[in-house]
Amino acid sequence: MKKLMLTTAALAFSASFATAGETIRMGTEGAYPPYNFVNDAGEVDGFERELGDELCKRAELTCTWVTNDWDSIIPNLVSGNYDTIIAGMSITPERDQVIDFTEAYLPPAPSAYMALSENVDLKGGVIAAQTGTIQANYVANSGATVVEFATADETIAAVKNGEADAVLADKDYLSPIVAESGGTFVFVGDDIPIGGGVGMGIRESDGELKAKFNKAIESMKADGSLGTMTKKWFGEDASTY
Amino acid sequence: MFSFCSDPSTLEGGKWLACYLTTGKHMAFYQSFGTVLGLLFVTAPVALLFGFLGAMAARSHFTPMRWLGRIYMAVVRGVPDIAFFLFFVIALDQGIEWLRHKALCPDWTEPVRQGNDFVVCPAAKMPLSSAPQWIHDTYSFSLAVFTFAIVFGAFAANVLFGAMRAVPRPQMETAEAYGMSHRQAFWRIMVPQMWVFALPGLSNLWMILIKATPLLFLLGIKDIVYYAKELGGYKTQAFAYPHPDWRVFYFLGLLVFYLLFTKASQIVLDKIMRRLTHGQATLGASFDKEVTA
Repeated sequence: MKKLMLTTAALAFSASFATAGETIRMGTEGAYPPYNFVNDAGEVDGFERELGDELCKRAELTCTWVTNDWDSIIPNLVSGNYDTIIAGMSITPERDQVIDFTEAYLPPAPSAYMALSENVDLKGGVIAAQTGTIQANYVANSGATVVEFATADETIAAVKNGEADAVLADKDYLSPIVAESGGTFVFVGDDIPIGGGVGMGIRESDGELKAKFNKAIESMKADGSLGTMTKKWFGEDASTY
Repeated sequence: MFSFCSDPSTLEGGKWLACYLTTGKHMAFYQSFGTVLGLLFVTAPVALLFGFLGAMAARSHFTPMRWLGRIYMAVVRGVPDIAFFLFFVIALDQGIEWLRHKALCPDWTEPVRQGNDFVVCPAAKMPLSSAPQWIHDTYSFSLAVFTFAIVFGAFAANVLFGAMRAVPRPQMETAEAYGMSHRQAFWRIMVPQMWVFALPGLSNLWMILIKATPLLFLLGIKDIVYYAKELGGYKTQAFAYPHPDWRVFYFLGLLVFYLLFTKASQIVLDKIMRRLTHGQATLGASFDKEVTA
């Protein structure tokens, strides 16, 4: 009996070796609706889930989804725990030194300040932002005091609790929150045009995978399906490719 | 879960709550309590074993062995937990993959380190990228148990090392007078008696281990604190069950869980203490007699 079980185990093991092929692990944060979030069923959902699945289909890849903290999302990519980052990550020169990006699947979108009232001091006050984002960088250089949080959700809570005067984040992330807050939250000041479009992060040594995804993104841009998908998740007046 | 949950937007009151508390994500939250308890009950004996080996090594008459034991205790106790959890686990994971890479892909010519990237052949991935999610989860859980055991083993080693020294010298001398060898005296006289001296220190460690479980999230394991944060966070209409920031309720639940669990641990530890001091000429035993008499 024991021998039989051992043989089965060995067989199962060798079978899993044989199928070791092209499974691409897609890394995302899962805490940035509507870009990506973990839905009530416990699965990764959102714009990037739908986009990623479609890209994998077009590139003929088998994909699985993994969530990872935003803080350590780049280190875990380069150490090989997953193969792509698809997490609303703006393409910036700093990040480009460490990893590679596919071409952008979202055009540069503005960021915005959100606060409890319109008369807050954006230049000298305390502004919340998520750690390691372009917004945190921007606030640090704007003269205001930046307080950083590990997740975007906590930046909103900080404004609500009065810990910060305002939060700077992607406008597409903040819009539903402002709209559903019933007047509690308002946008303050002008939109801030930062960021160079959103792309998928890929290891620098993984040129082949990057080429595959680039081709898939191009084909989605060409037939307009990317634009339709963007409008579905970000509203009719979202800027699209 | 329930039949009336198919369209959450029409629900109200108790029904809404019943459906909300039984979503897939909540089920995962309830399961994560099992993950945390499982981690504790696997890690504690492994850490105790590491501690015992460490203490034995530190007492060894063979100098390199003694050095090894002392270095283990000094280094691991000295490094901050968070640094250890971040650095050691990635290093361990990459070490395993590198060994598998050497063994499984001898023909691979590209370097393993390419700039920032750590690249091994697909067959050397641990676990394989095609493996189902539960294998990935089990693997990271094992890494977590191992890491926790190393960290807490070092503290346990120090506690046991001290406890072994606290056993009265005449006990050992008597054993030798009876003609027991060094090894026999160690196992028959010292080890049974040292536990009573070790228990206060070990029970402290157990309590600290309980409270250290949120470090699991650093290792990519979704524990109860992660889920409390994730479920309690502000939910927009993008979710089936939108609600305001409810983190305070979730964290209150965790507070109750941790308090109950540490209280239960305390009761069990007190019982063990009573057993261990039974018949021993220590203050603990006589004190206990007075209290229970």
